[in-house]
Amino acid sequence: MDTINQKDTRQMSENEMIEELSNREYKYGFETTIEMDVIPKGLNEDVIRLISEKKNEPEFMLEWRLNAYRHWKTMDFPPWANLKIDPIDFQDIIYYAAPKKKEKLQSLDQVDEELLNTFDRLGIPLLEQKRLAGVAVDAVFDSVSVATTFREKLGKLGIVFCSFNEALLEHPDLVRKYLGSVVPYRDNFFATLNSAVFSDGTFVYIPKGVECPMELSSYFRINTANIGQFERTLIVAEEGSSVSYLEGCTAPMRDTNQLHAAVVELVALDNAKIKYSTIQNWYPGDKNGKGGIYNFVTKRGLCKGRNSHISWTQVETGSAITWKYPSCILRGDNSVGEFYSVALTTNYQQADTGTKMIHLGKNTSSTIISKGISAGHSNNSYRGLVRMTKGANNARNFSQCDSLLIGNQCGAHTFPYLEVENNSTSVEHEATTSKIGEDQLFYLQQRGLSMEDAVSMIVNGFCKEVFRELPMEFAVEAQKLLEIKLEGSVG
Amino acid sequence: MLEVRNLHTKVDGKAILKGIDLSVKAGEVHAIMGPNGSGKSTLTQVLAGREDYEVTEGEVLYKGRDLLEMAPEIRAREGIFVAFQYPVEIPGVNNSYFLRTALNTIRRHKGLEDIDAFDFLEMIKTHMSDIGMDPGMLDRSVNEGFSGGEKKRNEILQMSLLRPDLTILDETDSGLDIDALKIVAAGVNRFRQPDKAIVVITHYQRLLDYIEPDFVHVLWNGQIVKSGQKELAFELEERGYDWLREAALNGGR
Repeated sequence: MDTINQKDTRQMSENEMIEELSNREYKYGFETTIEMDVIPKGLNEDVIRLISEKKNEPEFMLEWRLNAYRHWKTMDFPPWANLKIDPIDFQDIIYYAAPKKKEKLQSLDQVDEELLNTFDRLGIPLLEQKRLAGVAVDAVFDSVSVATTFREKLGKLGIVFCSFNEALLEHPDLVRKYLGSVVPYRDNFFATLNSAVFSDGTFVYIPKGVECPMELSSYFRINTANIGQFERTLIVAEEGSSVSYLEGCTAPMRDTNQLHAAVVELVALDNAKIKYSTIQNWYPGDKNGKGGIYNFVTKRGLCKGRNSHISWTQVETGSAITWKYPSCILRGDNSVGEFYSVALTTNYQQADTGTKMIHLGKNTSSTIISKGISAGHSNNSYRGLVRMTKGANNARNFSQCDSLLIGNQCGAHTFPYLEVENNSTSVEHEATTSKIGEDQLFYLQQRGLSMEDAVSMIVNGFCKEVFRELPMEFAVEAQKLLEIKLEGSVG
Repeated sequence: MLEVRNLHTKVDGKAILKGIDLSVKAGEVHAIMGPNGSGKSTLTQVLAGREDYEVTEGEVLYKGRDLLEMAPEIRAREGIFVAFQYPVEIPGVNNSYFLRTALNTIRRHKGLEDIDAFDFLEMIKTHMSDIGMDPGMLDRSVNEGFSGGEKKRNEILQMSLLRPDLTILDETDSGLDIDALKIVAAGVNRFRQPDKAIVVITHYQRLLDYIEPDFVHVLWNGQIVKSGQKELAFELEERGYDWLREAALNGGR
């Protein structure tokens, strides 16, 4: 273990400044200088024991991690996605880096000022007086959660909203009951790796009958070079409860790729509703495709109870490579699963994203609305599975996958998979691919709009069905984000 | 306001306009008539700034400035408006939002403040009732699922909202029944003012029964072969375009 003092990007050379300006479309590319507790690169059982020890975890957790690691060693990198991925050297990654704590924090005012400034710059103020009204935030910096706002107020309603590590210490039975119940540690290559080395994340528990009065959110920030971020989120909504949760993500600009492999598990019991929204803006790499985050994420929700409802909404604009399929297992009768997605790729970005809707219960229904936008040299694939099992009487699915191409050098692909084992079910699939219309652009320009405003108006119109699923303030943010990302991609 | 001098253009290497001269002053309404393929649409597209049209010779001055140097959106902001023959559909983009964005873009160019959503709504509803448009059209996507007549009315609505100095109506009468035609024409006529110029491009004379032009020009094979006053339109209606072919071949104007 050693301590490193990282470079301060605010004292840049002229060349670096020019570089920074030429990449101005990614405004979260700065790096924070702070004393960090970093373990050496590499992965083995000792590293896992060290992570577990640093976090004072209960014994069962360490065992679970080691089981996952032993299983992971038998697994191969999944080859099936429509992605070009340079080989990843898993021994060349740092698996744990955390800001050094001076002593145990009594309140948020004691959070290191550099960290508070970092989240301020990201638009996520953590201090009481500056907080976003109506949104509680868990701020995750590299491997650990550094602050969680509104905990006490939520606690009065019996809602648990804290870092994963705190949940392990304070609510070990709850965690043990649900951890891995939706994404088992043997699930897939990246989820298994995450199970072995995950360092923190968010835990949410909504008790029976409680409607969470505010948006809950996690903000993930990767800071340290060469680190892999592996967080886990677990959300449990008891009978008749409801919660809306949002996550955002950013990272500094670097010319090497960094790995982010998260796992999210959602459990909805009878009549419970979970709405999970993501605005993903990891550093996508530069114009030539150098650097950027590899975003390999496993997200799955279990509609365990009758009439339960899980809704995924994602706006994916960042990362060099995105590999992610937020899914729903519709086990309870009458349960509802939804997936609304906007995936934008520009320059040399690649995305292979979609969903799985597994219908087990009777009268279950699912809706998939996917909007892929490709510009530059990017490649954007939708991959989705709808499975109607034998017991899924009268289950219904509707899927709509639309692709929009900007320019001539990008690609859009659709890979729908259908598995129907029950004749009483209905499955509808619609797909379109279109090029952004020159006639549309010209029409808007003839009304005074600049080319860029015209593109962003058309793209936002294309994404409307998804944006309207986002909480109000984030819908505005998502629109702006698309505008920024599309700058310079046309003309 | 608009001076077109000896304008030649090519599309995909093929000459379409072969020396157009046209002078339009503020307060005037000009009609440009001609058979299919005569170059009417091309003239509209060139004036609006469509890229695929290559100007090989000649010049166009708008308010004394070189129009061909201006980007399409600058032309729009400087007061040129084209009511399109086939207005495109833009799915998911709210009509009201689109109209307000266009208006504010042009207002900003003129150094005016943005108009807020409430004032805008009041303003647009007055304009809509003037041309008999259902306010429900505001909440729909731009032109999406609009009938031919509704699309044309939406164009006239934009004209009356954006208050351009030079309006070009490109085959605005095509696809309209007589009632819709009257309403659209009434909208245009309300807009006839001493500081505004209007160019009506049409194949048929019937629109000119309702929008009376000050001047009529006949476009044939990329050239204006005859100019006159509104009586010329009646003559065309009676005799068709064929008699002009000979005039053109004889080099007459």
